[in-house]
Amino acid sequence: MGEDIRYRRERIDRGIKARTDTIYFLSNFRDILYLLLPRVLPVALLLLLPFLLKGGYWEKVLFYSCIFALLALSWDFMASVGLVSLGQALFFGVGAYISGGLNHYFKMPLSLTLPIATLGGAFLCTILLVSVLRLRGVYFSMVTLILPLLFAHLIETLNILGGTHGLLSLRPFPSSWVAIYLAIFAVVFCLFGFRKLINEDFGLVLRGIRDDDRVVMAGGINIYWYKAQAIFIAGAVGCFAGALMTHYYQFVGRSAFALDYTILPLAGAVLGGPGSFAGATIGTFILVPLSEVLRALGGLRMALYGIILIAALVSLPEGLFHYITRKYHQFERDVRI
Amino acid sequence: MEILIYGITNSITLALMAIGFSLTFGISGLPNFAHGAFYLLGGILTWIFIHQLGLPFFFSAILSILVVGVLGFILYWGLMLRLRGLAINEVIATLAAAIVIIEVLRYLGFSGFTYVLPEFVKGSIPIGNVWLDYQRIILVGIGIALIIFLYLFTHRTRIGLAFRAIAQNERTAISLGIDSDWTAALSLAFGSALAVIAGLAILPLGSIDTEMGYDILIYALAVGIVGGLESVPGIVLASFILGFAQILVATFFKAQWLTVITLAAIIFILAIKPSGIFGKYKELEERV
Repeated sequence: MGEDIRYRRERIDRGIKARTDTIYFLSNFRDILYLLLPRVLPVALLLLLPFLLKGGYWEKVLFYSCIFALLALSWDFMASVGLVSLGQALFFGVGAYISGGLNHYFKMPLSLTLPIATLGGAFLCTILLVSVLRLRGVYFSMVTLILPLLFAHLIETLNILGGTHGLLSLRPFPSSWVAIYLAIFAVVFCLFGFRKLINEDFGLVLRGIRDDDRVVMAGGINIYWYKAQAIFIAGAVGCFAGALMTHYYQFVGRSAFALDYTILPLAGAVLGGPGSFAGATIGTFILVPLSEVLRALGGLRMALYGIILIAALVSLPEGLFHYITRKYHQFERDVRI
Repeated sequence: MEILIYGITNSITLALMAIGFSLTFGISGLPNFAHGAFYLLGGILTWIFIHQLGLPFFFSAILSILVVGVLGFILYWGLMLRLRGLAINEVIATLAAAIVIIEVLRYLGFSGFTYVLPEFVKGSIPIGNVWLDYQRIILVGIGIALIIFLYLFTHRTRIGLAFRAIAQNERTAISLGIDSDWTAALSLAFGSALAVIAGLAILPLGSIDTEMGYDILIYALAVGIVGGLESVPGIVLASFILGFAQILVATFFKAQWLTVITLAAIIFILAIKPSGIFGKYKELEERV
């Protein structure tokens, strides 16, 4: 007993990185595989899943997962500019109502409603939020928390766009394959697109705004223009998700502005690890199927998201993805001291 | 006359809803988004104490105020302490806590006409040509008393001054010997207890509905934001503006516009002057 042996955990990066996080020494096939596998495997799996599930209930779940993943990606993109949104339901609802309304009142085909809802919705959301771009931190979050509620109440009060009943019997997708592959391609495109974009010069400015907006201003950059662009991009993704969901359900109602579409993507992004986009996707792809399994709990599911959110914030603030990446890229061993 | 009387009672009701929230968020800088959930929980706990355990009203009221106060304290030590300084995470965590509380209560079915709290005094008296029940008069009394109490408490007592100090500059407060964690936890406990007091005064006017948990939060946010979070006169002014606006809208338009007006007021004030009508010292933090 007497002597006190203590160990320290030592972490060593695998010898594959050259100087930075993005430049690698690739000397053999194994190293290439090592880098490619975590990128290609999930995407391949995602593309194959509709074949494996062959329609039915779990294909629906996959579709919902994609929709929520899109919302989570859009949340994460806004968060990486320092605009923490508590109202992804705003984007979702605006997109859903635009595509639903166009289809219901003007009988437009899907090939028109989807792009119009995506771009028009994003434009509308940007216009709405431009007036509060100057707000920082919690104040911006509060505006985004209130806006979807305001819209839901406005639709109810003015009895426009179907009022409390919503718009029924909208045009469905030609087949469920179209819907699901649109959703999957959108997720993959956004995931890798955002990851690329955030490392470009454009993304560098965005991250700079998050870290210290005054310094970026002092650098002679118009941060409002950048913030507006970021909201437009995030809004387009959110609105697209809303438009997809509308035509999938063939229905749009006030529930499009519900708290679910805010809290679930948020919980997914926080669980998976904000700032990496992959984390947000992983988080929602864990949470949505989980919530389907727990459907028997009924109303308690919302409570469960709350608990997961709190647990993730307190115990694993870096998120699942960062944790997994660290484990993947580093050796760990105990060293005697 | 009708508008005047209902306007005043409605305004004081709003002030009551907001007062606990303002104490924690405005005065000590802790966003307690579980405020509405605590309001609801307090009402339901009192109902349980009265109807399931058979305790007298007065005793169960005190008990639920204490229980929720302790819960507020636990919310700080268990949750917010770990996220202190990350304002956004504090908001997300307390909002999540609110959702957990409200959804569990909804699941347990604490909603509807069975769940009615007793009035303090039954009956009503005419004022001019308007019949006003005693409960509303008492409510106005409690509201005014609490507002005066809050003002004196935050300006005249050591602990009240400490509440304001940690919001204005936490480091300076620490260097002056204020235990900031202890003060913040106390502030959260006080705010939660105030939410229950407001609930006990307001809830007897109707039945308990779990949806209120979210509505109360919105009203509290509205009053706090419009008036300026840290200012007691601001709370009073904002509740009178919003209270009378609501009554006017309900009289001349339709009752559904109530919530729309409240929400629009929040966004309008946030867009033009985020620290509110009376807000002062957060000018540099809130916008660029």
